[in-house]
Amino acid sequence: MLRIKRVPTVVSNYQKEEAEEGDGFTGGCGRNCMRDCCLPGAKLPLYAFRKHDKIESSEKKDPPFAFLDSLLLGEWEDRTERGLFRYDVTACSTKVIPGDYGFVAQLNEGRHLKKRPTEFRVDKVLQPFDGSKFNFTKVGQEEILFQFEASKDGEVEFYPNAPIDVESSPSVVAINVSPIEYGHVLLIPRILECLPQRIDHESLLLALYMASEAGNPYFRLGYNSLGAFATINHLHFQAYYLAVRFPIEKAPTGKITEFNGGVVISEILNYPVRGLVFEGGYSLEDLSNAVSDSCICLQDNNIPYNVLISDSGTRVFLLPQCYAEKQALGEVSPELLDTQVNPAVWEISGHMVLKRKQDYDGASEDNAWRLLAEVSLSEARFQEVLAIIFEAISCAATENESLPDEDEQDVEDVDDALNNGSHQNAVVAGKQECIVQH
Amino acid sequence: MFMEQQPMGIAIEQSINSRYSYWVREALDDLPYNFTITDPSIPGHPIVFASRELLKMSGYSREEVIGKNGRIFQGAKSNRRSVMEIKQAIREERSIQITLLNYQKNGTPFWILFHMFPVFSKEDGRVIHFVGVQVPVTPKPRRSGSEFSRIQVNLCDNAAFLGFCRREVCSDTVAELSRIPNLDLAAEDTEFNDTACKVSDLEKQGANSAMGSILSMLTHYSQLTGKLVSEKRCCSSYMSGVGASLNTSLGRIKQSFVLTDPHKTDIPIVYASDAFLEMTGYARHEVLGRNCRFLSGEETDLSTQLQVTNSMQTGKACTVCILNYRKDRSPFWNCLYISPVRNASGKQTAYFVEVQMNVNNYNEKQQQNLRPEMMQLSVVAAVKVAVRTSGMIATTSN
Repeated sequence: MLRIKRVPTVVSNYQKEEAEEGDGFTGGCGRNCMRDCCLPGAKLPLYAFRKHDKIESSEKKDPPFAFLDSLLLGEWEDRTERGLFRYDVTACSTKVIPGDYGFVAQLNEGRHLKKRPTEFRVDKVLQPFDGSKFNFTKVGQEEILFQFEASKDGEVEFYPNAPIDVESSPSVVAINVSPIEYGHVLLIPRILECLPQRIDHESLLLALYMASEAGNPYFRLGYNSLGAFATINHLHFQAYYLAVRFPIEKAPTGKITEFNGGVVISEILNYPVRGLVFEGGYSLEDLSNAVSDSCICLQDNNIPYNVLISDSGTRVFLLPQCYAEKQALGEVSPELLDTQVNPAVWEISGHMVLKRKQDYDGASEDNAWRLLAEVSLSEARFQEVLAIIFEAISCAATENESLPDEDEQDVEDVDDALNNGSHQNAVVAGKQECIVQH
Repeated sequence: MFMEQQPMGIAIEQSINSRYSYWVREALDDLPYNFTITDPSIPGHPIVFASRELLKMSGYSREEVIGKNGRIFQGAKSNRRSVMEIKQAIREERSIQITLLNYQKNGTPFWILFHMFPVFSKEDGRVIHFVGVQVPVTPKPRRSGSEFSRIQVNLCDNAAFLGFCRREVCSDTVAELSRIPNLDLAAEDTEFNDTACKVSDLEKQGANSAMGSILSMLTHYSQLTGKLVSEKRCCSSYMSGVGASLNTSLGRIKQSFVLTDPHKTDIPIVYASDAFLEMTGYARHEVLGRNCRFLSGEETDLSTQLQVTNSMQTGKACTVCILNYRKDRSPFWNCLYISPVRNASGKQTAYFVEVQMNVNNYNEKQQQNLRPEMMQLSVVAAVKVAVRTSGMIATTSN
């Protein structure tokens, strides 16, 4: 069993208390939490987004206010005023590191203080939900900004005081009390269902809808799987606002294939971390399905990964990684370990949150590159992983579209994909294997 | 007229034509002044126009001057410090009057009173051109022989170097004086220096009236193209303390707010949103640089006003409801939220943001909207993000 020791990030004020108390939570409450004891009669703002069919949707009716600028950031500033954060993130020094890529560095000395390192198992991407550990049902309702769901009548709706409907298991947006930038929040899909950290179609689509609703390329969502620096095994995405382009977003890409639903899958080039980019698609669902099929494949194959949802939900980066594994095996240089930087989705994207002043002052593109190069799979392993992904998603797509009929076109697409990407050694997907696999 | 051979020829020609029309050239040439017009937006900040009188005085042909930097007129003995001061004025986009030793084409040096001033676009406040007027300084009668005269010129060089020949000696020049070894010598001989390159009132008047005529001509001809210019910056952003990139980000925030700068005397407004101007009825140039208390009036509660001042002095956020007055003196209740905003280094308060809300308009809000307080907080949020981001990027470019 592979384990690493790290300081867990405190995302909720109740997590902190719990850690200090030692043993979990003992009902009865009075904390205004998100569990049965406190939910009856509880109300939270509810934002219902308009589900649209096309990614490019122009005939939207003007919403009453801007989702990101007014609701999300306004509620977030309100929590700042109420003193719910562990520190003022705008007091953390930040800069763009000179260089071709423009890595962003932030000095965050407060984020990991006052916590003891904890052991994390890093060799299992999927682990069952454990109600005895910290999870988001234990956060205080004041840490939740609003409920977020698809509108039933196709128009944006907002209710400042909506009851929490336990039956429909609302998805919520909560603050991260240890923010790494302004507006750092967590999207917790169907919070009351207590889902483990594991991507499914519906949740990823919800995350894409949130990015789309924010409608601002500087508001991105991210996901870390277990083994890729997620510390809480309760399904959640992170998001925050940072008005510069991330280095990974500037990296050139090489198209591998056009996939079902018009989704284009490319490989990231000239970037220290190898990964895939998904974009296009006739609808947000098309894009979402291609990504979630790939994520599901990775987690089923026990490959840790990170996801960055960028460009208002029209571009998704998928990055398998092996840093934690290397760390557990003692293969990471002490020099890198000393920085205590956990290369999760944001670091991989080029936003380096540094804990030591000397690392911040001496931050350079070379240093950032060196760290991220350790995160990346080797070229050989990356090609193996690509083969696994393409095999899986082509099968999934075929099933979705045309089962039980066989569709020659899809088979050709797959072959093209593999050949175009010069992955001749890869396993060629075949129908028989698909059926066996599913 | 003329056709430039330089690769930037078209840009240089357009610099004048597109702003003042082709016809301005003839009119400018008829003015009895020595002057050039330069365009700081073209690489190398080239001369885009040189007056007929100037060409006559300097001995250059028009083709030899157009496209060149103003340095073409300086030579071996032109004082570097004076040239630096001119450059500084260009950077700071302000006018300057300074004596300078220039050279004719044939190498003959001659003293001039150099008077340079920026011309602004009325539309967005950008500097469009600099006009450099050269008023020849009449040589003073020499006191004795050639030996003396040589020393005199040298000392005068020093004097210009030390800033004595300028009308105003600015403080940083004074500070630098102490670092110059032969300061004492020069200082003792002030009278001497003054005699050497003293600028008479007549010459100063000459420079000023040249400036007046040229400006009125440029302003007049800019009406032909519709792209108006003016001698004063009448636009928001550049007059204020916030940079262009921050100004752009702030421009996207639609609500009524101002930014004030606590590091300046009396905490003046350095940015005012369009909605603020609409709400108060003032024009931008009427509010920038002023303390917010100008919105108060006869019935404004002084203690509330004091609360605002205290909040800024202590760097704390606060909410007040204060009776304010529009430009037309009509009163309105202003629910004001004031919050400090840090810069990207996070270390200090860069600005205060003051978000206004006209409480009389409450009822017009839709049912399905956010509480007005939330809307105010969202403006604070947006301003914080804008300031933080522009600071991050500014750090890089340094």
